[in-house]
Amino acid sequence: MGQAIAFYTLAAFILGFAVLVVSTKDTVHSVLFLVLDFLFVAALYVLLGAPFLAVIQVLVYAGGIVVLYLFVVMLVNLKRPPEAHHDPHRRTTLGFGLAIAVLLELVVIGVYQTVGPVAAAVPGPAMPVTGNTEQVGWLLYTSYLIPFEIASMLLLVAMIGAIVLAKREL
Amino acid sequence: MLLSAALFMIGVVGVMIRRNIIVIFMSIELILNAVNINLVAFSSQLQNVVGQVFAVFVIAVAAAEAAVGLGIILAFYRNKETVNIDEMNLMRW
Repeated sequence: MGQAIAFYTLAAFILGFAVLVVSTKDTVHSVLFLVLDFLFVAALYVLLGAPFLAVIQVLVYAGGIVVLYLFVVMLVNLKRPPEAHHDPHRRTTLGFGLAIAVLLELVVIGVYQTVGPVAAAVPGPAMPVTGNTEQVGWLLYTSYLIPFEIASMLLLVAMIGAIVLAKREL
Repeated sequence: MLLSAALFMIGVVGVMIRRNIIVIFMSIELILNAVNINLVAFSSQLQNVVGQVFAVFVIAVAAAEAAVGLGIILAFYRNKETVNIDEMNLMRW
């Protein structure tokens, strides 16, 4: 019962801050709301039994990515707000309509899916360790070793690419 | 599940209605977060840690995407002095 209350409270906070992120005019405020949103998502991870992922979320998202966003927002200091001039091509209602349509589809799919029996958990390879972090690490270095290495290569390539793009001249 | 879907929708609305490319990137981050919530929810529902492993991969890819995207924004802003996507027609033929 207490868990349900905590879940719904966190869900309300997450959705509220997400709406604020999208709707705030000031980009800096938007980034700060994004930090709060990520922190609440991390709390939700703890509630769902994934403390390792919660720590990663705080470190990478709230710590790293948001600082990156803040730097870019400060560097690209806007003399004029980009949304000030009226644009005849803006299709706000069309965007909202499409999003609501997709949301309805997802709800219908979810309702029909929950009727069927939940598939039994596929037993993974024997897990010699207990504890959430140990389990995640064990899977990363056994079953998912190749994707793990590919992800590290992707990060390296992205780092080099970002440096090359952001340099003034080569 | 519904929370994840709702967060996803807010992200999609953000991508569609805003004209500031930085806000659009933040909306994409929201979408990826929604996917992560879904993965973790199923992981706890099925008592299976694989979902959390995939969420870690999603976070890594999101970090890479943010770095490259913001680099592109900086390079573009230096050339055109705008972050409005309606004025981004550099590649138009």
